[in-house]
Amino acid sequence: MRQVVTQRPSGLPEGRPAVARPAGLRPGWLVAGLAAVLVALVAGVSLGPVSLPPGSVAVELLNLLPGVGLDSGLTEREIAIITELRLPRAVLGLLVGGLLALAGGAYQGVFRNPLADPYLLGVAAGAGLAVTVVITIGGAGGANTGLPVTVPLAAFVGAIGAVTLTYLLGSAGGRSRSPATLILAGVAVSAFLSAGQTYLLQRNADSIQQVYAWLLGRLATAGWHDVWLVLPYFLLTAVVVLLHRRELDVLSVGDDEATSLGLHPQRSRYLLIAAASLGTAAAVSASGLIGFVGIIVPHAVRLLAGSSYRVILPLSMLFGGAFLALTDVIARTAAAPEEIPIGVVTALLGGPFFVLVLRSARRVLG
Amino acid sequence: MSAPAVAVRDLRVRLAGVPILTGVDLSVAAGEWVTVIGPNGAGKSTLLRAVGGLLPTEGAVSLFGTPIQQLCRRDRARVVATVAQSPVVPAGMSVLDYVLLGRTPYIAPLGRESTADLAAAHDVLDRLDLTGFHARELATLSGGERQRVFLARAFAQGATLLLLDEPTSALDIGHQQDVLELVDQLRRAHGLTVVATMHDLSIAGEYADRMVLLADGHVAAVGSPREVLTTELLARHYRATVKVIDGEHGPLVVPVRPASAPDGVLGRC
Repeated sequence: MRQVVTQRPSGLPEGRPAVARPAGLRPGWLVAGLAAVLVALVAGVSLGPVSLPPGSVAVELLNLLPGVGLDSGLTEREIAIITELRLPRAVLGLLVGGLLALAGGAYQGVFRNPLADPYLLGVAAGAGLAVTVVITIGGAGGANTGLPVTVPLAAFVGAIGAVTLTYLLGSAGGRSRSPATLILAGVAVSAFLSAGQTYLLQRNADSIQQVYAWLLGRLATAGWHDVWLVLPYFLLTAVVVLLHRRELDVLSVGDDEATSLGLHPQRSRYLLIAAASLGTAAAVSASGLIGFVGIIVPHAVRLLAGSSYRVILPLSMLFGGAFLALTDVIARTAAAPEEIPIGVVTALLGGPFFVLVLRSARRVLG
Repeated sequence: MSAPAVAVRDLRVRLAGVPILTGVDLSVAAGEWVTVIGPNGAGKSTLLRAVGGLLPTEGAVSLFGTPIQQLCRRDRARVVATVAQSPVVPAGMSVLDYVLLGRTPYIAPLGRESTADLAAAHDVLDRLDLTGFHARELATLSGGERQRVFLARAFAQGATLLLLDEPTSALDIGHQQDVLELVDQLRRAHGLTVVATMHDLSIAGEYADRMVLLADGHVAAVGSPREVLTTELLARHYRATVKVIDGEHGPLVVPVRPASAPDGVLGRC
């Protein structure tokens, strides 16, 4: 028998020039992500019907930190525009965009499916039906939205209810349940709930405009109340998902191999689904259905920065937030004084943006 | 006397209600190489998955004297490493990152690799002549290189029992020998126990200390390659016509055309 392998001494040979590092978030990318968030925040606060100098805005943002009291040169009215109108809206954009992109990235890892998005398990259909019910039978609208005040709560309850239904349906197969059965259950639940919503709209045609105003996404009425409402869910989702980022890399080799490596794939999967769905439901309740962010941002990060979930998840959260906050600037300035629904802008910008990323990645990666 | 590496008693497995294994008994000594053979659908892969604790089973499976149910998943992963027949190749994952997955049983839940894990992965890459491959994307490697990386991930687990499901099925004959020689060298150097399934009976017989012939979910024969690779047993369980030739390292099985096969069947169409 021929000797095909040369036995080499075990252990690390002395004088190795540099030990290669495992996949992880490189400092350069982290700085880029944080810079994108900062730029989006300053742009979101500076731009609008009343333009404010970005430098002065940056100074006012610094003034929010304890112990800082710099002179920005802005009037009381301008400072009020920043702190009461634009800042909560920009912050909510960052939180919602970050949540949707983080949830989308987590879903893609959990289901090992690049087409997974945060609405895969029925969040959109559940929230959509619940909001339609509230609008068609809910009576009076809110002070400045034209929508019943119970819409955010209804959206949240509808989204969570739909995911729960999907889970129960997908788990009905006992041992035969798999990620695929959960996705199929999500498709069935979404179709069922969407049919109910369509029927309701068909019977109440006068509510269509209001329902679509919500369906297309909106940050127009964002206030600090919405920020405080979404923030706990953002923190919970971010902590759970980011702590599992290495497990998602292990899950990428399949359930059998992940089990043979000592993991509980089902346990990790359902915990991640619960966290991502809760975060998505909170985002939807605050801003309606905003598409594209949850699928495009994780893919763009994957193409540019690497395919490990240790890279994809934190960067998706940062760039997803920045992307949505910047998109909101366009939504409210492109056709001022009218606002374009933000969901329309994310779809209009997201497609070309992704093509650009795809071309850049091909050029860089050869 | 030390406990066997694998002790299987009256093992029964049903998949989707269909009985796949129907009362298998098997004992593998520590340091032994046992190859499981059998026709398609005999239950070879199922047996390996059951020994690896990847399936719900009836009967008893013990690893090094400990019933498998008493081992938590992380402890079990430190004892037994599995290389599947067609492992999933994650898109974009580097060789180093893939091998580091093998350190998962040593990394705290929700934790990350330590310097010791990184050193262990580099050590395995060195031993398997993969040092220059650490930054390469796994998906870009050839079949032979990729199989070495799959083995590297299993060795990085530090397990003393290695379960190999068709480790050479996608390789040409040269790479088959490379991979099996590598496994045998590491087995001898580190006292590993190997349980493998294989379809190539000649090459299986050259490396195995003992062979198990599985047919219809039960053990039809067990013994040395010379005892199992016989014309009669292979004809009965594979429905194959073969000649068994005495080779230097074991019997060589050569398929021959059945004498009764009609000539020129295609020509008459």
